Amino acid sequence: MSEGLSTALPPVKRRNAELVMVLFAIAITLFAMIEAGLTRNQEMPPSLFVYGLLFGGLAVLAHVFIRFFAPYADPLLLPLAVLLNGLGIAMLWRLFEATGDTERGSAMDQLILTAGSLVVFAVIVFFLKEPRTLQRYPYVTALSAVVLLLLPLIPGLGQTVNGARQWINLGVTSLQPSEFAKISLVIFLSGYMVMKRDVLSLASKRVKIGPVKIIDLPRMRDTAPMAVMWGFCILVLVGLMNDLGTSLLLFGTFLAMIYVATQRSSWIVIGLGAFFGACALLYPFVYHFSVRVDTWINAFDEDVFYGELGANSQQLVQGLFALGEGGILGTGLGGGKPGNVPEVQNDFIFTAFGEELGLTGVMVMLLALALLVERGMRIALASRELFVKMFASGISFLLAFQSFVVIGGVTRVIPMTGATIPFVAKGGSALLSSWIMLALLVRMSHNARKPAPQAIQDEGATQVISR
Amino acid sequence: MNKPIRRLAVFTMALFGVLLLNVTWIQAVQAEWLREHPYNSRQYTEQLTIARGPIVAGNEQIAYSEPIQDSDRYQRVYEHPELYAHPVGVFRSGSANGIEQTENSFLDGSDSRLFVRNFLDMLTGEESKGATVNLTLDPKAQQAALEAFQSIAPDKKGAAVALDPQTGAVLASVSLPTYDANSVASVENPGDAADQWVAYENDPNQPLLNRAFNERYPPGSTFKIVTAAAALENGASPDSTMDAPDQLQIGGASLPNATPGGTCNGGSPDTLAHSIMISCNTSMANWAKSLGADTMAAQAEAFGFNSGTMEVPVDVAESLYPADIDENFLAMSGIGQGNVEATPLQMAMVAAGVANGGDVMKPYLVESVQGPDLSEITAATPEVYSEAVSSQTAEELTQMMIGVTEGAEGSGPSGAIPGIQVAGKTGTAETGDGDTHNWFISFAPANDPQVAVAVVVERGNSSGNTLAAPIAKEIMEAVINE
Repeated sequence: MSEGLSTALPPVKRRNAELVMVLFAIAITLFAMIEAGLTRNQEMPPSLFVYGLLFGGLAVLAHVFIRFFAPYADPLLLPLAVLLNGLGIAMLWRLFEATGDTERGSAMDQLILTAGSLVVFAVIVFFLKEPRTLQRYPYVTALSAVVLLLLPLIPGLGQTVNGARQWINLGVTSLQPSEFAKISLVIFLSGYMVMKRDVLSLASKRVKIGPVKIIDLPRMRDTAPMAVMWGFCILVLVGLMNDLGTSLLLFGTFLAMIYVATQRSSWIVIGLGAFFGACALLYPFVYHFSVRVDTWINAFDEDVFYGELGANSQQLVQGLFALGEGGILGTGLGGGKPGNVPEVQNDFIFTAFGEELGLTGVMVMLLALALLVERGMRIALASRELFVKMFASGISFLLAFQSFVVIGGVTRVIPMTGATIPFVAKGGSALLSSWIMLALLVRMSHNARKPAPQAIQDEGATQVISR
Repeated sequence: MNKPIRRLAVFTMALFGVLLLNVTWIQAVQAEWLREHPYNSRQYTEQLTIARGPIVAGNEQIAYSEPIQDSDRYQRVYEHPELYAHPVGVFRSGSANGIEQTENSFLDGSDSRLFVRNFLDMLTGEESKGATVNLTLDPKAQQAALEAFQSIAPDKKGAAVALDPQTGAVLASVSLPTYDANSVASVENPGDAADQWVAYENDPNQPLLNRAFNERYPPGSTFKIVTAAAALENGASPDSTMDAPDQLQIGGASLPNATPGGTCNGGSPDTLAHSIMISCNTSMANWAKSLGADTMAAQAEAFGFNSGTMEVPVDVAESLYPADIDENFLAMSGIGQGNVEATPLQMAMVAAGVANGGDVMKPYLVESVQGPDLSEITAATPEVYSEAVSSQTAEELTQMMIGVTEGAEGSGPSGAIPGIQVAGKTGTAETGDGDTHNWFISFAPANDPQVAVAVVVERGNSSGNTLAAPIAKEIMEAVINE
C-alpha cells in the first residue's frame, strides 16, 4: 500500500505539549466552577480543592500513563477529552451542587465515574498492544453486540426511560448497554468488511440508461449483511425498543464503514433508501416516531407546544429559548436559568452551555469534538493495517455522528432521537464508552506513529530487529 | 482505502459545519426573536427586578411599576384595571399579553434602540429604566364606551371599537365582560394571582377574550355597506333598483325582510339607497347574487377581510368572507350571514374607510414610545391599509348611511346626535340558534369624520337600533365633544 507512506506521521512524541494542554484543560474546568460559584452563590465552590485534586490528578495521571505506555500517541487526543469531560463536570456542578439540588445528579458522581472510566482507559491502552487481534472473532463480537442491545428487553432487567427501552437495572446502578454495543459493532464490522470487501466492492451489476452509467448495484446475494443490519435497526431498535437514537447511530456507522471498505456510493444510496423507506412506512404506526417528527417540524405550534406530556415540544423550544438567551457571549456560568429546560442534565446539556457560555462557548465545544474526530480520521489514514484503518475511521465516525445526532436534535436540525454528547453528558455508560473509544484511538495512534523497527546492523546476512 | 476515509473525514467535518452554522443562526440571528417569543417566559420572570416603563393613555399612566418594599422587585400596578384590561393586557409572573407583551422589549428597556442609553446608565451606575409607551386610546372615549355598554346592555357580552378614520388610531376598544388586571398581577402573592388567572380562563363567559379584536361574529346587516360598496363600484348608483320581494326563496328556505310590515317597497323593486336606509334583506341578497361571488369577495377583501392576522401591534383575528360559495350562500353573504364573519375592529374599519373617502387606514394602538429621558424612540405614522372604494362611492355611501339615522324610515335613529350628522348602519345578525347579535357601525360628523365606531352586543336578542346604536352614540359624542 504505497499511499500509506505518504500519510505516515512523523515519529514525534510532543508529550510536553500534551501536558501543557492537559493542564490548560484542567484550569478551564476549575475556572468554570469558580465562575459558576461566584456568580450563582457569591462564593468560591466549597469543594473546589477536592475537584482540583481529583480531576486534575486523574488527568495528569492519564498523561503520565500515556507518556510511558503510548508515547507516540497523538498529543491532542487526551487534552481534548479532558477538556470536554471537565466542561461536563463543571456544568453538572453548576446545575446540581451549586443550586443545592443533588437529587437528580451530581458532579461528584460524574467525577467518580470519570475516575472509573480512566482506569478502564489505562487497562485498554496497556493490554491491547495490537488492536488487530480484535478481528480474530468477528462473529463473537457481533453476537455480543446483539446481546448487549437486547438486554433491556429482558423482563425485570430492562427499564424504559423517556419512552425508550434502553436501560438495564443492575440493582446498584443502571446501565445503558447500547453504549457498549456500538463499539462491539464497529469491531465486528471492521473485521467483517476486511474479510468481505472484495466481494462487496467488486461484484456488481451496472445499471445504464442508454450509454449513460447510472449506478453499480451490488448482486442481490451480497446485500445480505445490509439486510440483516437494516432489519435489526428497524425492527428491533425502532419497533421493539423505541430507541431511535441508537438505531440511527448504528445504521449510519454501518453505512460509513461499508463505504470506507468498498468505496461504492451505491451502498449508501441503497442503505439510505431502505432506512428512510422503512421509516416512512413505520411512521403512521410507531407513535413515538410521529411525535418526534411532529415536535420537530411544528415545534412552535400552539397545540404542539402545549400538547400533552411526552408529546409536546416544551423541551426542544425551551432549549432554543435557552440558546437565544445566551446569544453570542452567554450569560456567564451561573448567570442563566438552564433549569427552565426540562431534564437539562441529559441530552439537553448542550443548551445549558449555549445559554451560559453563549455561541462562543458552544463553538469551542463543537470545534473540540470536530478536532477529536478529525485526529481520529488522521489515525485511520496513517495506519497500515486494513482492520485498524476501518476500526479507527469507524470509531471516529461514531463520535462525529453521535455528536451530530444529539446536538442536531436539540438545535432542531433533525428530530430529537436521544443520544449523548461524547465525554460531556451525564451518565456512567456514556462516559465509559467515550473513554474506551479514546483508549482505542490512543493505542492505534501510538502504533501508527511509532518508528518502524530499525535494523541494528547496516548490512549483513542476518538482520536483528529490535522493537 | 485512504480515499474513502478522506471523504468520510470531509463528511464529518460537514456535519460539524452544519451544527456550527445552525447554532450561529440560532444564537446570533434568531436570538432576539426567541427572546421575545410569546411562549418564552424568561423575558417576564427575569424582569420582575426591572423598573418597567409605564403605559400611558391621554396624559395618565394607566400601567406602571412600583418598587416593593424591602425587595429588589417591582409590582405592576394598573389604574382602571377593568377599563383597559384587554388592549393593555397584564404583565404577570411568567407571562404577559396585550400591549404589555407586544411592547415588552421597550417596556423592559431591552430593545436595541435603547442600548446606548442603557449602556450609559450602566457606566454611571444608574438603574436602567424601561421606555414609556403612549397609546392612542382616548380615556374619555374608552370610559364612555365601557359605561354606555354597561348601562345600556347590562350583563351582556360584546365589544365596542372606535377609530380615528383619518389616521387609523384606535380611540377606544372595550370588550365585555372584562377582568381586573390587578387581581392577576400580584408579585408578592403569585399563588393567588395564578389561581385568579385560572379562574378567569375557566369562566364560561371568557372574560380574558378580547372580543373587539379576537372574536368573529356574523356582521349581519352592517355588511350591507360592503354589498352596496360593491354595487356602486361596479356601475350602480344609489338610485339603481333591484328586485325586493317580501320573501326571497333561497335554497328551499324563505328569507323574509325585517323591515316594518315585512316589505321594502311594497314588493316592487327598491332603490339601493332606500334598501340601505330601511335595511332591506331581499334586495341586498339579490344585489349580491347579481354582483357574483368574485366581486363580493374582492370588495370584502378591499376592506380587510381574508387578509390574515393583523398586528396593531396586538394580534387581531382574520375576518372571513367565504371563498367559492354557491348561489344560496352568496345571497346570504349579501346581508352579512352565510358564513361571513367579522371582528368588531373589522367592521369599524369598514365604517372608517367610508368616512375617510374610501381609504381604510391601518389601525394602530401605539402612538409613540419615549425613552426614559423622554426622547422619542418611535412614533406612529398613519398608513393607508387599502383603497377600499373610490371617493365618489364613499360619498354616496355616506349619504345613504345618513339616511339610516336621519331618514323618516331609517333603521337606526338611536344613533343620531342632535346637531351633528351621523352616518350609520344597523345590524341584527342571526346566530343560527335563535339568538341575535346586535350591531351598529357609524361615523360622525358625516361631513368631517372624527370618529368611526363599531359596537356589537353578543346575543343581545334585540335590534341594532335599540341596543348597539345608543352605545355608539355615546362613544361618538365623547370624541366629538372634546
